Amino acid sequence: MIYFDNSATTQPYKDVVETYTKVVQQYIGNPSSLHPLGRQAERLITQAREAVSSLLGVKSKEILFTSGGTEGNNLAIKGTAFRYRNRGRHLITTKVEHPSVYEAFQYLEGQGFEVTYLPVDKTGAVSVQKVKEALREDTILVSLIHVNNELGTVNPIQEVGRLLADYPKVLFHVDHVQGIGKVSLPFKGSGIDLCTVSGHKFHGLKGTGFLYLREGIWIDPLLHGGSQELRHRAGTENIAGAVSLAKALRLTLENQQNKTEKIKQLQGMIVNAVREIHGTHVNSMEDGAPHIIHFSVPGLKPEVLVQALAEEGIYVSTKSACSSKQSEPSRVLQETFRDEELAKSGIRVSLSYDNTEEEANTLITTLNRVIPELLEVVNI
Amino acid sequence: MKNIYVDHAATTPVHPEVIEAMIPYMNEVYGNPSSIHTFGRKARRGLDEAREVLARALGCQYEEITFTSGGTEADNLAVIGYAMANRENGNHLITTQVEHHGVLHAFEFLEKNGFDVTYLPVNADGIVSVKDVENALTENTILVSIMYANNETGAVQPIQEIGAFLSEHQAVFHSDAVQAFGIERLDMNELNVDMLTVSSHKINGPKGVGVLAAKKELTIQPNLYGGEQERKRRAGTENIPGIIGLKKAVELMETTRNEKRALYKSLRETLLSRLQEADVNMLVNGSHEQVMPHILNVSFPGVNVESLLTNLDLDGVAASSGSACTAGSIEPSHVLAAMFEDSNRSQSALRFSFGYGNDLEQIEEVAKRTIKIVQRLQT
Repeated sequence: MIYFDNSATTQPYKDVVETYTKVVQQYIGNPSSLHPLGRQAERLITQAREAVSSLLGVKSKEILFTSGGTEGNNLAIKGTAFRYRNRGRHLITTKVEHPSVYEAFQYLEGQGFEVTYLPVDKTGAVSVQKVKEALREDTILVSLIHVNNELGTVNPIQEVGRLLADYPKVLFHVDHVQGIGKVSLPFKGSGIDLCTVSGHKFHGLKGTGFLYLREGIWIDPLLHGGSQELRHRAGTENIAGAVSLAKALRLTLENQQNKTEKIKQLQGMIVNAVREIHGTHVNSMEDGAPHIIHFSVPGLKPEVLVQALAEEGIYVSTKSACSSKQSEPSRVLQETFRDEELAKSGIRVSLSYDNTEEEANTLITTLNRVIPELLEVVNI
Repeated sequence: MKNIYVDHAATTPVHPEVIEAMIPYMNEVYGNPSSIHTFGRKARRGLDEAREVLARALGCQYEEITFTSGGTEADNLAVIGYAMANRENGNHLITTQVEHHGVLHAFEFLEKNGFDVTYLPVNADGIVSVKDVENALTENTILVSIMYANNETGAVQPIQEIGAFLSEHQAVFHSDAVQAFGIERLDMNELNVDMLTVSSHKINGPKGVGVLAAKKELTIQPNLYGGEQERKRRAGTENIPGIIGLKKAVELMETTRNEKRALYKSLRETLLSRLQEADVNMLVNGSHEQVMPHILNVSFPGVNVESLLTNLDLDGVAASSGSACTAGSIEPSHVLAAMFEDSNRSQSALRFSFGYGNDLEQIEEVAKRTIKIVQRLQT
């Protein structure tokens, strides 16, 4: 089995699963309880918060544990919009965001907000200039994806952050779900006010994540009903989830240091090989994230290729798992290339630090065989 | 001295078989259920099976189950989500003064957003009257939310009766059944409820998982946007291992519910009669008849609950002052405040709650230690 769908979800690290099960077995209290079992649980979640924050160079009270990336993005965007609606009702994002950002903004449009959806260039990136031009007196939020989940394109977050430093009333949210552990982004000094991270994209568990919320910023909660997570998120804490998340983050950041060159090499191999196959078009950029390879095979339904590879034990995907139920062309590709054929036939190969050269070679051999076969059938 | 945990209404230990059931879904079946390849489909199958088990357990249809990150999220989704999506039908909402904060704070949020909310009182037993619900109802009422069993006192509300009455009215009926799940049989049809909240970590499942069961014809505004998951009622990659853990917890509960109920009942009766027989001044908070068997809430007049809890801690007994979500710092209980005018009663109230792992011997021990401490503190 060769798993190349790591942008959809990842296999939790063994240590992460062990940490989770250990905590579940040993810490049974509710952190809000006053007795020793409650206080132990409370101490543990505090330690998890400190571990995450020190890995990222931020303060521990700036980390709010959530149930995942979708909650983080919804909390950041809706929470900011509603909190500061008296200051202004204009919001800025891009046309290529993940559905959990894009649809949160669409919801806000129905609530009396005005949203500018910035276009992207031919690489799928937004330009600082476009952000600048869109800023208005009544703008209260800019939200950008760091690493695009389909194409791997990296947005100029730090440059936008520098621009927004001159606009103290505009908060800056970054969807860092695909970027963390793959493309470095300093939380401090980048002008970021809010930043979303999801556990299961870097070998943590599903149902875990956190939102970085810069000290001094208050947003409206999504969940009402208790004073957990510094009053920003009610509900009994998933302690074992939080501790396992801290573990996954540490291991991932270690891997990023040691193994980025390795997966870049694998990425290069795969990209070069795909380019050689007749009828393919590589969509991802050379300076994009190291773990994503995206290509289209115009004329071929991507599901067919996904299934053909799955029969050989190789797992890749068509587009974002969160929108893969819809048979429509990818919004991200459409906006980037303005070519419906490309947008309809995209395939994403996404790597983890544990993928091997041998696996990449198997993929290459299989693609070389399968794509011409399938295209031949289509062209009859 | 052996430590005894009698705070199962706050949270419960995860059953070993639950953890065992979860592990394969972390190590092997880790696909994203939205992925179209076989790997994703395996995860999808696990999710589907869990949904079937939950639907059977709650007496609703498969597609009426929405998995959430817990009871608070499910309560918020039901209350805020339904009210926001249906405000053109009316502006009035009804709940009680004794709800869990996951419900109560959701209503307070709605009040700030222009809704009228009636917070019904309860009697000294902690029970809301059906008549009061009837009287509060107007043609503008769109939602009534009343908990099945109170988390502090265990008082059980007349849900079925209220539900039957409401079936003639446009208002939909939500019940937070977090404290009853696992002990009482819950059937949405029999109970005449339209929406029901349950939580995994109160029934020996993992934290971070809950369920809103809601009639499929209801329009509910989602809290989380961004994907096709959970029939668009709740976006986000599903917490498969957590959901599998909940499924296992439900299966375990289904086979042991009757014996558990009998056991807790006897534990409750034992503890209560030991305290009553002893030479301590004591008042029981909540109904004697309409009550969950796993919760016993008592006040010891003249005793400060903080020092009582500290002493119990030292003696290895983990109990609670109120609900865990208000704890952390001890605030006076809004539940007891609604039941009694005397604020001293709330300041000396202690909640024992039973669950997996408790037995008669432990409860005799809890009684002994508690009596000794209270006697010392009351003199």
